[in-house]
Amino acid sequence: MRLPAIVIVCLVAAALAAPIVAPYTPDRIELSVRREAPSAAHLFGTDELGRDVFSRVIYGARVSLAVGLFSAAVAGASGVAIGGIAGYIGGATDAVLMRATDGMLAIPRLPLLMIAAVVLQPSIPWLIVLIGLAGWMETARVVRAEFRALRGKGFVENARAAGASHARVLLRHLLPNAAQAVAVSLTLAVARGILLESALSFFGVGVRPPAASWGNMLYQAQAALATEPWLAIAPGAFILLTTVSVSLIGDRLAGTRRGMF
Amino acid sequence: MSVLARFVARRCLQALPLLLVVSMLVFLLIHAAPGGPLAIYLANPNVRPADIERLRRALGLDRPLWQQYWTWLWAFAHGDWGYSFSDGRPVAVRIVERLPATLELVAVSLTCALALTMPAGILAAVRRGGWFDRAVAIASGAGVSLPAFWFGLLLQMIFAVGLGWLPSSGRTTPGGGDVVDHVQHLLLPTTVLAIVLASGWSRYLRGSMLETLAQPFIVSVRARGLSASRVVLRHALRNALGPLIALVTVDAALLVSGAVVTESVFAWPGLGSLFTEALARRDYTVLMALLMLSAAAVVAFNVVADFAHALVDPRVPVS
Repeated sequence: MRLPAIVIVCLVAAALAAPIVAPYTPDRIELSVRREAPSAAHLFGTDELGRDVFSRVIYGARVSLAVGLFSAAVAGASGVAIGGIAGYIGGATDAVLMRATDGMLAIPRLPLLMIAAVVLQPSIPWLIVLIGLAGWMETARVVRAEFRALRGKGFVENARAAGASHARVLLRHLLPNAAQAVAVSLTLAVARGILLESALSFFGVGVRPPAASWGNMLYQAQAALATEPWLAIAPGAFILLTTVSVSLIGDRLAGTRRGMF
Repeated sequence: MSVLARFVARRCLQALPLLLVVSMLVFLLIHAAPGGPLAIYLANPNVRPADIERLRRALGLDRPLWQQYWTWLWAFAHGDWGYSFSDGRPVAVRIVERLPATLELVAVSLTCALALTMPAGILAAVRRGGWFDRAVAIASGAGVSLPAFWFGLLLQMIFAVGLGWLPSSGRTTPGGGDVVDHVQHLLLPTTVLAIVLASGWSRYLRGSMLETLAQPFIVSVRARGLSASRVVLRHALRNALGPLIALVTVDAALLVSGAVVTESVFAWPGLGSLFTEALARRDYTVLMALLMLSAAAVVAFNVVADFAHALVDPRVPVS
């Protein structure tokens, strides 16, 4: 788990310290160096307005990582709430909530989000909420399964008999037992959130220019593939680096692949 | 009534409330647009407020929301999907004319993806921890994390722009082409879809093969003198196939409704690019129909998956 974790920590640190790490400001227009190939002065080259691609990637990391991490938090919190209630209460509540989960899973996620983004024209915080609300289903299923298996166990009855409220049993006794499963589903949600943001921005409905995100940098790069390929390489490589690292951490948490890295 | 007919009938009935929920969500979402569906006219200086008011009444947008929903649902269920906002033609016609391109791309991609998945997943599980397993782990790990649109751009950059070997977009050369031309156009989008799909599937297949191979009956059939390959292919694979079938069918359903990203990057004239075109023009009738269609496809394919699972594994009841 070490290497992927180090990569993520470095990326987050670079994003937080963007003004120090980035050699230029992300929106500094310098028309004398338009469309320049990567060089010592401009590590990843410059775009059609002479903006430094490296600086934009670093500032873009703020948006992409924030969307990934916070949307996973939204997805995780709603998934734990819905799955936890369904699994703990059972019966009709469980049936209704799980049908709703199936319903959400039947709608293709990206097209639904694309429509929502076009209709609602969300700011970045709202984009985070939207992406999170489109991703709670997996966590809900996992948590429900864990809670159903655990709710009949002796320690739950014990806690109830000792006077613990339902809320306390849910949060203090059941949730810690489902922690590993939740953690794995959260890592998946982070990777998915980053991919969804970049896809939405790539189609021009996510993070709007002039703000830089890895996705909307690729949206701009698409028009100049033949002449300025460097515009497309750096942002995409950073998306891949992040999502690969996050899912390796997830694999490690799930215990499916030990000792690979 | 036969078992199969009863099974299909019951599953379709179960799917109805689900589709209703989906339809409500889609309907509400589109009506949540600030200014409603007529918002596009607000900025148009040639359209007076009185005109907008008249349009609202003519289109029934002044009626209560539940009435509008009911009218739409009733018409939709009866095959009247309305008219495209952007070119005025029936939505159903626009969808049907795009269907063949999507079906072609999906059929070819699914076949290629399965052809990659089966050997990769099985061999990785059998030779667990070996170099092949590691190679598959790295390749598929990158594959599931790969943004499909970026992968598409890279392929275009290398094979179309750089080397000039393959066309960068479209289904045929304008003016039509022969079979070779057709295959050349298929190659890049198929590669993207097949690699992304096979990455997810082979990880899954490897996992479920490992689980099956660890069970006592494997040792027992091996001890009875069956060859290793027969044990793996006849006994283990058959048991491990069930979960994979479920995954493949859901992915297939999502693709039929349009591989939105891949089709758009390669300008493949299927349902996926119809979706992005409709999105750019705020063509709500087309968007709603496509989204409903894909939800229906997922539900229908799930029924097929359950049935197929029962076929490969006789212990699974048809219910």
